[in-house]
Amino acid sequence: MKIVVCVKQVPDTKGGVKFNPDGTLDRGAMLTIMNPDDKAGLEAALRLKDQYGAEVTVLTMGLPKAEEVLREAMAMGADKGILVTDRVLGGADTWATSTTIAGAIRNLDYDLIITGRQAIDGDTAQVGPQISEHLDIPVISYAQDIKIEGDSVIVERQYEDRYHVVKAKMPCLVTALAELNEPRYMTPGGIFDAFEAEITTWGRKNLKDVDDSNLGLNGSPTKIAKASDKVRKGAGEVVTLDPEEAVDYLMGKLKEKHVI
Amino acid sequence: MNIMGLEQYKGVYVFAQQVDNELSGIAFELLGKAKELAKDLDTDVTAVLIGNNVKGLVDELAAFGADKVIVVDDPELEVYRTEPYAHALSSVINEYKPEIVLVGATAIGRDLGPRVSARVATGLTADCTVLEIGDFPLVARPGQEQKHNQLLMTRPAFGGNTIATIACPDNRPQMATVRPGVMQAIDRIEGAKAEVIEYNPGFTPDNKYVEVLEVVKSVVDVVDIMDAKILVSGGRGVGSPENFQILKDLAEVLGGEVSCSRAVVDNGWLPRDLQVGQTGKTVRPQVYFAIGISGAIQHVAGMEESDIIIAINKDETAPIFEVADYGIVGDLNKIVPALTAALKAELN
Repeated sequence: MKIVVCVKQVPDTKGGVKFNPDGTLDRGAMLTIMNPDDKAGLEAALRLKDQYGAEVTVLTMGLPKAEEVLREAMAMGADKGILVTDRVLGGADTWATSTTIAGAIRNLDYDLIITGRQAIDGDTAQVGPQISEHLDIPVISYAQDIKIEGDSVIVERQYEDRYHVVKAKMPCLVTALAELNEPRYMTPGGIFDAFEAEITTWGRKNLKDVDDSNLGLNGSPTKIAKASDKVRKGAGEVVTLDPEEAVDYLMGKLKEKHVI
Repeated sequence: MNIMGLEQYKGVYVFAQQVDNELSGIAFELLGKAKELAKDLDTDVTAVLIGNNVKGLVDELAAFGADKVIVVDDPELEVYRTEPYAHALSSVINEYKPEIVLVGATAIGRDLGPRVSARVATGLTADCTVLEIGDFPLVARPGQEQKHNQLLMTRPAFGGNTIATIACPDNRPQMATVRPGVMQAIDRIEGAKAEVIEYNPGFTPDNKYVEVLEVVKSVVDVVDIMDAKILVSGGRGVGSPENFQILKDLAEVLGGEVSCSRAVVDNGWLPRDLQVGQTGKTVRPQVYFAIGISGAIQHVAGMEESDIIIAINKDETAPIFEVADYGIVGDLNKIVPALTAALKAELN
């Protein structure tokens, strides 16, 4: 079985966010991590590898620096790493991103593609389903469990108040939830090997069946009109009180505001 | 990519999500917003109702603002599956050419929206919290055409650290998924009728039609925290699942509900349906008690629109105090039960 896992290097949003003048994210200026949902997807793939035997290829699109997440993935146990990077791909929205990644995946043999549900920078959850559409394969989003049965994948698909047990014939794309599992740590040997391992780098010319007009900032149908730091409502009163005083204080406020 | 003839795309369309033949709350919220947008564009509102034997829901959509309802009714659409639903909605878009399509940012809509937008080759903006009609670019720039009557879609990004306003000037329809709990439904109009259009594009199962082997509903009888007027929300600081009892007591005396932060769900103390925040639900009750919640930005993103925010936390540096109207630095284990007792005395 061949599994492709799509991972994204994302800014650690705890470290603050920086922008380019055009409103897109200045990814070079921030601390980065492997996106948590993607990491769970990778762990799911590695468990399938442990259980059934599989070749796991990790693929990322980003700046050259995004090679770091591929090495991390390989140190966890992935077999191959592919970096898709090219100046002309920059500023892509989810349409242009999914077009690019689908164009890269068309070069590969695969039974299963796993992406994270969503990345913590954009939070869109769109790229996984859009890749599946470009590749004309089924998608099962929001996976909380993934099993293989013959030539099919069986997934617990989460909804707000239920889950569905869904069966799809492979090839298929599954988007993983962070709560799917607890990702393993990199092993010291794995880190050593991953440092030495060869990473395949692809650019625009390696993308298959993709039109230039669908790539990068220019190929993105959505355009940023404005981006800004969120203006939050100001703090109100903060008081340090004994429990008894605190209750009097709160009762006063609740009456004042006609809550009681 | 550029679709010719943008002007032939007309009308504001809403995906009227139903589950088990019951319309989801988001369908009414989207209709409410669609009505405002349609007024600004001088056009009408169409609900797209997709399912099996769902025609009975048409009047309900009319009562909440749909001028027209396109019904796609087919046995293949009994339970939500990406492909037959994506085929249904994208066929409707290709046939009727709407200017705007709104989909709820639910576990269904966040799967359906991207698949459909990719199929009809247009942009999709995720999890919008503000939608309005305006110009793109916002301010005219030399050498660039300023387009009017564009859908401007505003959404939080980067874990709630920023907000971005996005347009889709050169493709139609303009598509957005919209965060539940943010838009307001209109007051019900009794006896309203909508024009009903039945449309079936034909459903031929192929490799993309997955099989639903089992539907497992959540066994707990869940309350919808998005409907609560008062929420008593607890975080890691509550300490244990047992200790949530003091929050439940407070909620009960005020006629409210208990909700929680992500940490509480991750610890397995409370079910996910009760989670407020970026990866949970967006709430805006009259009063939001944040008890033992530090106030990570992802949590704040889900509750900062509450009318009154009361925070109780022992750590005076907790970021929750930056958004609270009334913040108390103190011991929740003492303050919460005492407050409940005082309220009981006051209200009885």
